[in-house]
Amino acid sequence: MNWTSSLLAGFVGTVLLTTLEAGAQQLHLSRMSIPYLLGAAFTKGRDRAKVIGFFTHLLNGQLFALLYVAIFRATGEASALRGAIIGLVHAVVVLLVVVPLLPFIHPRMASLHQGPTELRQIEPPGPMALHYGVTTPLSVVIAHIVFGVAVGGLYRM
Amino acid sequence: MTTPIADYAIVGDGRSAALISRAGSLDWLCWPRFDSPSIFAAILDEERGGRFSVAPGVPFRSTRAYLGETNVLETRFQTASGELALTDFMPVLSRFDSARSMHPGHEVVRIARCERGEVEVEIVFDPRPDYGRRKAPIRSMGKLGLHVDCGGDAIVTLLTDAPLGAEGRARVRLRGGEQIHFSLTYACGAPAVLPPPTRHRSVAVLERALRLWQEWAARTKYDGPARDLVVRSALVLKLLQYSPSGAIVAAPTTSLPERPGGDLNWDYRFCWLRDAALTARALFGLGHSEEAENFMSWLLTATSLSLPELHVLYDLYGRRPGRETALEHLRGYGGARPVRIGNAATGQVQLDTYGEVIEAAAHFVRSGGEIDRPTANMLCAFGREVARSFDRPDEGIWEVRDVPRRFTHSRVLCWSALDRLCELADKGHVPKADVDVFAAARNRIREEVETLGWSEQLHSYTRTLAGADVDASLLLLSWYRYCPADAPRMRSTWGRIRERLEIAPGLFRRYYGGLTAGEGAFGICSFWAAEYLALGGGTPAEAEEQLDTLLGYANDVGLFAEEIDPASGAALGNFPQAYTHVGLINAALSLRDRLERGKREAERARAQLPEARP
Repeated sequence: MNWTSSLLAGFVGTVLLTTLEAGAQQLHLSRMSIPYLLGAAFTKGRDRAKVIGFFTHLLNGQLFALLYVAIFRATGEASALRGAIIGLVHAVVVLLVVVPLLPFIHPRMASLHQGPTELRQIEPPGPMALHYGVTTPLSVVIAHIVFGVAVGGLYRM
Repeated sequence: MTTPIADYAIVGDGRSAALISRAGSLDWLCWPRFDSPSIFAAILDEERGGRFSVAPGVPFRSTRAYLGETNVLETRFQTASGELALTDFMPVLSRFDSARSMHPGHEVVRIARCERGEVEVEIVFDPRPDYGRRKAPIRSMGKLGLHVDCGGDAIVTLLTDAPLGAEGRARVRLRGGEQIHFSLTYACGAPAVLPPPTRHRSVAVLERALRLWQEWAARTKYDGPARDLVVRSALVLKLLQYSPSGAIVAAPTTSLPERPGGDLNWDYRFCWLRDAALTARALFGLGHSEEAENFMSWLLTATSLSLPELHVLYDLYGRRPGRETALEHLRGYGGARPVRIGNAATGQVQLDTYGEVIEAAAHFVRSGGEIDRPTANMLCAFGREVARSFDRPDEGIWEVRDVPRRFTHSRVLCWSALDRLCELADKGHVPKADVDVFAAARNRIREEVETLGWSEQLHSYTRTLAGADVDASLLLLSWYRYCPADAPRMRSTWGRIRERLEIAPGLFRRYYGGLTAGEGAFGICSFWAAEYLALGGGTPAEAEEQLDTLLGYANDVGLFAEEIDPASGAALGNFPQAYTHVGLINAALSLRDRLERGKREAERARAQLPEARP
């Protein structure tokens, strides 16, 4: 296992993914903000949540890169194409499995059934995160494919 | 029937503002900024604009007031069966609260409470994003409220404990002590924060808003004539200051007509330089240094972007506003078309703006501020530009849209720019100033104004060089210390202005011309008259009388539009108008100073009198 290469690939991949998502937000294509959602689990303050969430997101990126590397090693090859395929699967899992679970996991996210409460006020993402904008699923898929391409392309077995 | 402009009141949070009518209808709201497209614009078109109304569904009489020295509005509706109180505000947060609490960022809270008896409340929620151009059906998200797609990733959400569905209309019967709550929010760029529309939460944000506004108003250092309206004016300025940048918008509205049913309809959701010095003086004069310094910071940043030229107006971040376009689909307020967005005056030349910016910087220094080296260099660059181009014709303070002329007011403001720079240089604030060049140009301007800007025939300073009419802006010559208010030339100019421009007791037009036919009296010009008198052009009693007359034209909650109809006293033009309120504050400050000076002189005179012998 090449740890240095994994760390570097994970870092570059996460920065690219974060940049693409931030770009989608600034172009008003999506309200999905993973750093904000992650940080809001720790604090109520919006600005502080974004900072905490950014670093948490970087750490998450490293963990996911390790998972990607494990798959590369198991399949015997690391490449941009293979990374892209894993990224696509990753995005589909996020949209279809993780996103619907968020209102039950996130301590400050409102749910459709209960509505907002004093503690839980963040808008839930809805099916495939469509509540955050109709182009959100597409931006999530593209960002994860780019993450996979970066990790697969940069990792050296 | 069109709602009179004076029947509106404003609530806001320093980033956007909403106008709410005496009938409980929220008829104007742009989100997320003052200059964003509207969500509700019934004020400009009752059918297509969109509104959010909460009011009794039966005939009523209403009264309203801000709750003390705050920007929280309360409207009371009296019906045959009971009384309803509607409280409207935008939540505000201290920096401490903002960092530690979850909040939507953009929100209007409305609380309707039946005070006595029984009242049937009619609710109409009809948002029409993008000035009514966007088809945006209301989607019910169950307990997550009603959602409206505003384009891109932006959504408006209404959460309420009233039984309101996707049709956006409901009737609710409230009995004494019962209340319903509405939280209208806007989100873009991040997942929305959806506050629960509960009594507990609504009361908590209301109490916080009341406390923060009261604390802010208590910092107003003023104890002179008309204190209530001066504090109200300060609260209006605070609402119209875009807090992220410090810019102050001229008004939060567009195209409320200056001439009833006419075409003098402009977008005022931008920041004009022409009143920069007066605004700085008003804020510093009331002790609101933080707001004054934020305004100065915006002013210096904005003007540095166009160095050495100055534009007439800038947007909230100091950029040039978008080009002017007409919204053909809107009928306009009272049928007054066109409805314009953007402002074509951005391409004009106004030489007086140099004087405004440099005078504002001088106020900043007089109030204890320090000018850093880049700012000093920038002011010198403006001075060089003035010395080079003061004799160009321009569009002048009123942005006349025909041919450029040589306006006396513009010349005097160029004189003021150079004179203040020489003063700042004398005190060491602008070490690299070309004092000799500036002083020579300043002296040439004075010579020119005293010869060409003065008419022996009129016995008055004139609107344009070698002209034959007057302009209310000439009242400012004393304010800019060009000519003392009690000097013979100013006194006779005042007489001529009264004769030609005073169209009702205390009310002044800006000037006579083709474009001004049918327009009302200008609020700020009328306050300039009060200030001129307070500065020495008249007795303190005359100044007080002029000020009192004008204050009588405020609406029931102390707000002024740009103009006043001399026949009916009705408000005309964009509303509420920052610069009319700036004029009110400055006139009151000058009158207070005059009265205090008078008291001090009387005490000194008494102290010098020989003691009476028994």
